[in-house]
Formats: sequence, C-alpha cells, structure tokens
Amino acid sequence: MKKRSLMCLILALSLLVCACAAPVEEGEERDSNYLYVYNYGTYIDPDVIDMFEEETGLTVVYDVFDTNEEMYPVISSGSVKYDVVCASEYTVEKLWKNGYLSEINLDNVPNFKYVNDICRQFAEQFDPGNKYSVPYNWGTVGILYNSRMIEEGEITKWSDLWKEEYFDEIMMMDSLRDIYVAPLCMLGYSINTTSEAEMREATDLLIKQKELVYSYKTDAIRDFLLNESAAIGQIYSGEALYCQEDDEDMVYVVPEEGSNIWFDCWVIPKNAQSQKNAELWIDFMLRPEIGFMTYEYVGYSTPNSATEEMIKEEYPEEIDNQALFPDQELVDNCEIFHFLGADVDRMYNNFWKELKAY
Amino acid sequence: MNKRSFTAPYIIWIIGGTLIPLAMMFYYGLTDESGTWTLQNILAIFEPGNLRALWKSLLYSAACTVVCLLLSYPIALILRNVKRAKGVIVFIFLLPMWVNFLLRTMAWQVLLEKGGVINGILSWIGLPKARLINTPGAIIMGMVYDFLPFMLLPINNVLSKVPNSLTEAAYDLGASKAQVITKVLLPLSVPGIVSGITMVFVPALTTFVISNMLGGGKILLIGNIIEQEFTVGDNWNLGAGLSIVMMIFILVSMAFIAKFDKKGEGLA
Amino acid sequence: MKKHSVLKKVYMAVIILFLYAPILTLMVLSFNEGRTMGKWTGFSLHWYEDMFADEDIMDALKNTVIIALVSAVVSTVIGTLFCLALPRLNSKMRSVFLALNNIPLLNADIVTGLSLMLMFVAFGITLSMGTVILAHITFCIPYVVLSVRPKVRQLGMTHYEAALDLGATPWVAFFKVVLPELRSGIFSGFLMAFTMSVDDFIVTHFTRGAGINTLSTMIYGQVRIGIRPTVYALSTIVFVVVFILLIASNVISGKSATVKARRKAES
Repeated sequence: MKKRSLMCLILALSLLVCACAAPVEEGEERDSNYLYVYNYGTYIDPDVIDMFEEETGLTVVYDVFDTNEEMYPVISSGSVKYDVVCASEYTVEKLWKNGYLSEINLDNVPNFKYVNDICRQFAEQFDPGNKYSVPYNWGTVGILYNSRMIEEGEITKWSDLWKEEYFDEIMMMDSLRDIYVAPLCMLGYSINTTSEAEMREATDLLIKQKELVYSYKTDAIRDFLLNESAAIGQIYSGEALYCQEDDEDMVYVVPEEGSNIWFDCWVIPKNAQSQKNAELWIDFMLRPEIGFMTYEYVGYSTPNSATEEMIKEEYPEEIDNQALFPDQELVDNCEIFHFLGADVDRMYNNFWKELKAY
Repeated sequence: MNKRSFTAPYIIWIIGGTLIPLAMMFYYGLTDESGTWTLQNILAIFEPGNLRALWKSLLYSAACTVVCLLLSYPIALILRNVKRAKGVIVFIFLLPMWVNFLLRTMAWQVLLEKGGVINGILSWIGLPKARLINTPGAIIMGMVYDFLPFMLLPINNVLSKVPNSLTEAAYDLGASKAQVITKVLLPLSVPGIVSGITMVFVPALTTFVISNMLGGGKILLIGNIIEQEFTVGDNWNLGAGLSIVMMIFILVSMAFIAKFDKKGEGLA
Repeated sequence: MKKHSVLKKVYMAVIILFLYAPILTLMVLSFNEGRTMGKWTGFSLHWYEDMFADEDIMDALKNTVIIALVSAVVSTVIGTLFCLALPRLNSKMRSVFLALNNIPLLNADIVTGLSLMLMFVAFGITLSMGTVILAHITFCIPYVVLSVRPKVRQLGMTHYEAALDLGATPWVAFFKVVLPELRSGIFSGFLMAFTMSVDDFIVTHFTRGAGINTLSTMIYGQVRIGIRPTVYALSTIVFVVVFILLIASNVISGKSATVKARRKAES
C-alpha cells in the first residue's frame, strides 16, 4: 500500500512537471525569439514595443507590476522568468547584492554613451560603474495639488499634507519606501534610516494622518487628482507632468524639507532566457529618438543627454519646469533610497503593515 | 467501464493539485527562511497589525452574512408564494452572479468614488458630496452585493420544497402568519440557512479583492495581509503561517455552524 | 392583504435595483463620450471601437476562453471517469475520496491559489499559462464530480449490464447506453467548470505567468492603474453575452442555468 501511494506521488509529480514543461519542449514560447519584459504599469509607449518587435523580429511578452516590493519576490523566487526588468535604484542594489542579476555587457549597449552625468554620478551610490543597471527614467517624489481647490503657493512642505482642512482630499502612495519619505523628511531624518525609534515616530505621524487620507494608491493617484476626487497627493514627478498636460491648474512642488530622487533602471535577472535580447532592448531604449518617445508618453526626466536636447528644442517652455529639469539645489536636497538589508526591510514592512491595518 | 483504474487521473490530480500544495503550505507555514521548524509564523497572528486585520475580517464577514440573511430570507418567502413565472424571477435574481466578479466590484467603485456616479448625482441636485468609498460600509456593501445570491439560492431551494399542505395545516390549526413563519418555515429552512451562511462567510472572511477595490488601501483584512506577505512583504513563511491560522478559523466556524444544522434537523 | 402585496413588490423591486444598478451604470457609462465617471458628456460608441482595438483586452479575452475551455474539458473527463469508477470502490475508499473532493470546494480561493503557487515554485516550475490551467482544473474537478455523481447513482449498473447481456461489447455499451444517460449531468458539470474558470480571479492571480492575463486579472490591473471606459464597454458586452448564453442554455437543457449556483449551494 505504501509503495503504491509512493508510486502515485511520483506519477502525479511527473505528470505535473510534464504538463508545465510542455511549452518548453515545443520550443514555441521559450526560445530566443521572445523577450520577456517586466515593467511598471503605464511606463512605456506601446508604439516603442511595436517598433522594437518590427526591427528585431522578436516577440515582446510584456508584463507589468505596481511597486518594487511586488516585483522583487517574483524575481528572487524565479517563479516567472523575465529577460529584462525595470527596477528602482534601491531594488537594483538589493537584487545585485543578493546575486539575482547578470552583469550587463556595456559593449553590447553602445548607446550607453548618451547617459548623462547626473545618472552616472548617482549610479555610483547604488551600482558603481553601471555594472548591473542602465537607467531608463529618473525623477523626484513630490506633491501635486489642484490650484482650483487649494490656493497656489499654499503648499510648500510635507507637513502641509497633515493639515486638517484637507480632510478626505489627500492621497498618499501605496508604496512602502515612498510613503515614508513624507514623515521622515518632515522629522528631519534620513529616508534611509535604520533606527526603529525614528521609524516609530514616522509611523505614528502617518497613523495620525490616516483619517485625513482619501486613499492609498500608486499609479492611480493621477486619475483621482485629475477627476477631482482628491485635491492633493504625493506623486512622482513624471506623473505630475502628465497631469499638468491634462490640466494646467495642477501644481507640482518638491517639498522644502527634502525628498527622494530616484532612478529606474533596466536590469537583467540571472535566470533570463536571453541576455542578448535583453541587451538589444536596453540599447534600443537608450536611442535618443526612443527616449524622446518615452518622454512624450510617460513624461519623466530622461537619462539620455541627446534626448534632453531634443526636449529642450521641442518644448522650450519646459526648461524651467522643476518636475522635468530640477536644478542643482533641488537635486542636492534630495536623497536616493538604499537597500538597507533584510532585517531593516522587515522592520519597515512591519511598521507599514501596522499603518495600513490601523 | 467502471474500472477502478478510472480513478487514477483523479487520484493523481488530488495528490498533485490539492494534497501536495497543502503540504507545501504547511511546510512553509511551520518553518522559517532557513528551513528550521518554528511556530513563530502561526503565533504572528497575535501581532497587533495581524490581529486587528483578523478581527476586522471576522467583524465584516459576520456583518455581511447577517445582512445577506436578512435580505434574502424575505425574498425566499415571497418567492415561495409566487405562482406565475417563478423560474424567470429566480433567473432575474441570479443573473448578476454570472457577470465577472471583478467587473461587479469595479462597478461599485464607479458608483461610490468621490468623483463617481452617486456623488455626481448628489452634487447635481445640490447636495454636498458624501464620503462613501474607502469606508468599512463600502466594503461590507460590496461583500453583500457579491455574495447575496449564495445566500438566496440555498434558502430558496429549501423553502420552495416545503409542501403547501404543511403551512395550510398550520393555518387550519389556528396559527398566525408570523407563527407559520417562525414555527414552521424557519425550522425547516435551517439547512438552507446553514449552507448559505458557509457560502457567504468563507469568501467574505478571506477576500482581499473587495477590500482592495473599495477600501482604498486604508482597510486591511486578513486576506490582504496574507496577499501582501506573499507579494510586497516577501515573507512567504509568514504568509503561509497566517493562511494556516485562517484555515483553522474557517474549520472551527464551519464545525460550529454544522452543529447548528444538526440541531435544526432535529427540530424539523 | 392588498397592502401586503404592494409592500412585497416594492421590496423585490428594491433588491432588484440593488442588484442591477451597478451593472446598468457601467452599461450607461460605456456610451459616455468622456472618461470621467461622474459626468455625462454625450453619447458615443468610441469606447467600443477602442475596446476591439485594444490588444490587452482582446488577449485577455482569448486567454480566458482558452483557459476555461481546456480546464473544463479536462476536468469533465477526469471527474466523469472518477464518478464511473466510484461504485467499484469499497465504501471506505469512497468516503475518503469524497472527503478529499470537498477540500478544494471548502478551501478559501486564496489558500488554493497560494498553495499551488508554492508547489510550482518549490518544484522549479516557471509560472505560465500551463500552470493557470492546471490550477483551474484542480478547482473545477470537484464541481464536475458533484454534478455527474448523482446521475451515475441514478443510473446504477443495470442498463450497462443489460446491454452486455444483449451482446454489446463493453465499449459499445458504454458509449451507446451509459454515456447518453449521463449526458445532462456531464454537460452541466462542464458548464459549471467553464463558468467557475471564467469567473476566477484569485487562483489565476497567484499562478499566472509572464504576460498571461485573463479578463479578471486584466481588470484588477486596470483598477490599480486607473479604470478606462473601454472596460465599461467590455462589461456591457460580457453582460449581454452572458444573458444570451444563459437563455440559450436554459432552452437547451432545462434548468442548467441555475446549476452553478445550486451546486455551489449544495456543496
């Protein structure tokens, strides 16, 4: 009897494995004619994908996620194999330090020459020499508000998001590291704090704010601000630009207490099916005209110096826009996120859970 | 035919699709990252955040179950006496159930949002906007909407099987209408109520979709916590441990409800 | 008495309004020109055009149908075979199997989905469309068993044995005698498996691979990014298709329309 059940077990397993492995053997889905891309939601011009497919003959299988925290376990567990993934700087750091990334051969990415100084400089802090990552977009975290509902100039600080007069009008990011930028900067602490006491204080502040908050969202914040479901929200600079295009009364500020400057980069996971295809993609994304298309679609600051010139030529009115071309003073006031180690990650996560469950 | 070997594919599937996965769940739930056995993932339910989420889940799903019961019992009573086109009327009540569950929940988001339809109508007739979405009420209402048919159906099935001669006999013996309902129909419909309760309570207790879509990320239920541990929290062991706790809660509540069923049948 | 029946009608009307208002809202908004949900800006069909041109939606639709068809067919075959073999088992084995059959029915979807994902990952199986189908078959089989088993019990062995006595081979007896008798049970089992698969979100969410979206996961993704009115158009079409299919299947097989819910009720 025992033997038989063991047989059954083995049979069951082999059946399951066969069933799942079938597509691999057919060679339909998994050979190098495919490129598996994992990116943030609404973070690319669909035409760019079509152009890439047309030029290379590869089929792009495109998939999206909401936050770095959601993407990381997918890559680390290997449950889904992607060729090229978009990750923010601290997740890039976390991924390579934990050995989940392949080195990018920059010889295969000739367009890397276009990458501007600011991106190269900051890369030293999370991926020295761009061994594992090539920048895609960058920007800041700030506050966007509707000047029809809140008088222009009223909002300058993170602490303005705690004003009771904005009851039910405030949107905060549903993203662990991003949401803590506000209270940590307000309190004058580093956004990379490892102190439990500081995080305690920050969490208490957020809990205090919760009653005023309309909802916690990430990508959807812009829609809620645009349709006036809320008047003020924490937002990424590019989303702010997108909103301003739709509605001129939207005002973007990087709070004076300081904020986060971030770099979203392409990385190649260790378990990628085709490093070559991934590098083709990365190089393609760094072409000046593709960078320009990306800018027009997603509206973030570009790492590409040639694209920058194109934008300045095409949209001279945007040169002073701090959401797009932040000046040196603003950049100096901002900090990037760092990977803080598994224990601190866990501590952050517990605090965040406490806030959300409160 | 009727060969015993016909059970082979089924057995394989039960083992590969149910037993091994459940074993994996228990393995993850009872070990830590390094693979050593531990109870900390189970005991983590007593951490304030998790406990609060579990409490809210129990509260909301209980509320949802009660509301579903109160709403659907009168419908079933009315349907019992419908003579003409009963099939069509039952069909009308069940039709929304076939529309995709996410679409139905999304529809409430569209209705309740501050820039949504209800507030649009309110401001159109000159009333101030109301805070509708991202509240416990919105979540409970979404649950009621999604799960109401699961309560209505079993009760309706049981009630429509009660022969009219029985109620007529009760009237003949001088029972009032209220007495017929409480003394005759209610005891007879206990099995239907019980299966309705389980069918509403379990999905309501474990949902994370409704609370996500109608709670604006402000209200976490135990389902959200588990989902988050497997995604953003990246702590599968903890997520599995909390899943085990949730399974235990379901088993206990079902045993509790099943006990009622037996009593009910005894009464009948 | 009169007053009572008015009260009853009002109550029924209110509940029906509650059930249909959200769906009707989506239908109305799908014809709205603008994209804000609170304001009517004019009649337009362009969201329908956009919907049919939207590759994501069309892909999701295709995936949904493929996954539902494959998992419904496989689970119907496996479940029916199992029901046929059940009477041959001794009663102890039978009750063990039937108890096991209840696990996926009673288990919360989130546990089913997560535990399957844990297994796939533990055995190094990359999540894909295949894993979604396997997962769907897993939760569909019990529904097939629930709807086929009563028919098998009703039928008993006598028909089959009579056919054998009259000189039919076992295969002929099976296909000509047994199968036609089970047809309605098998059909309703298939239908139920199909609808359960189409309606599923949670299990798919945890077991899907790169770029595999069903309608449910696509909608979930959209809700997080921001709902586009193309989804309203989609939901209108879904509703109309469901309506037509249900009427049709009502006509074909009497009561099978209420089968899904009724079975679920009996579980």
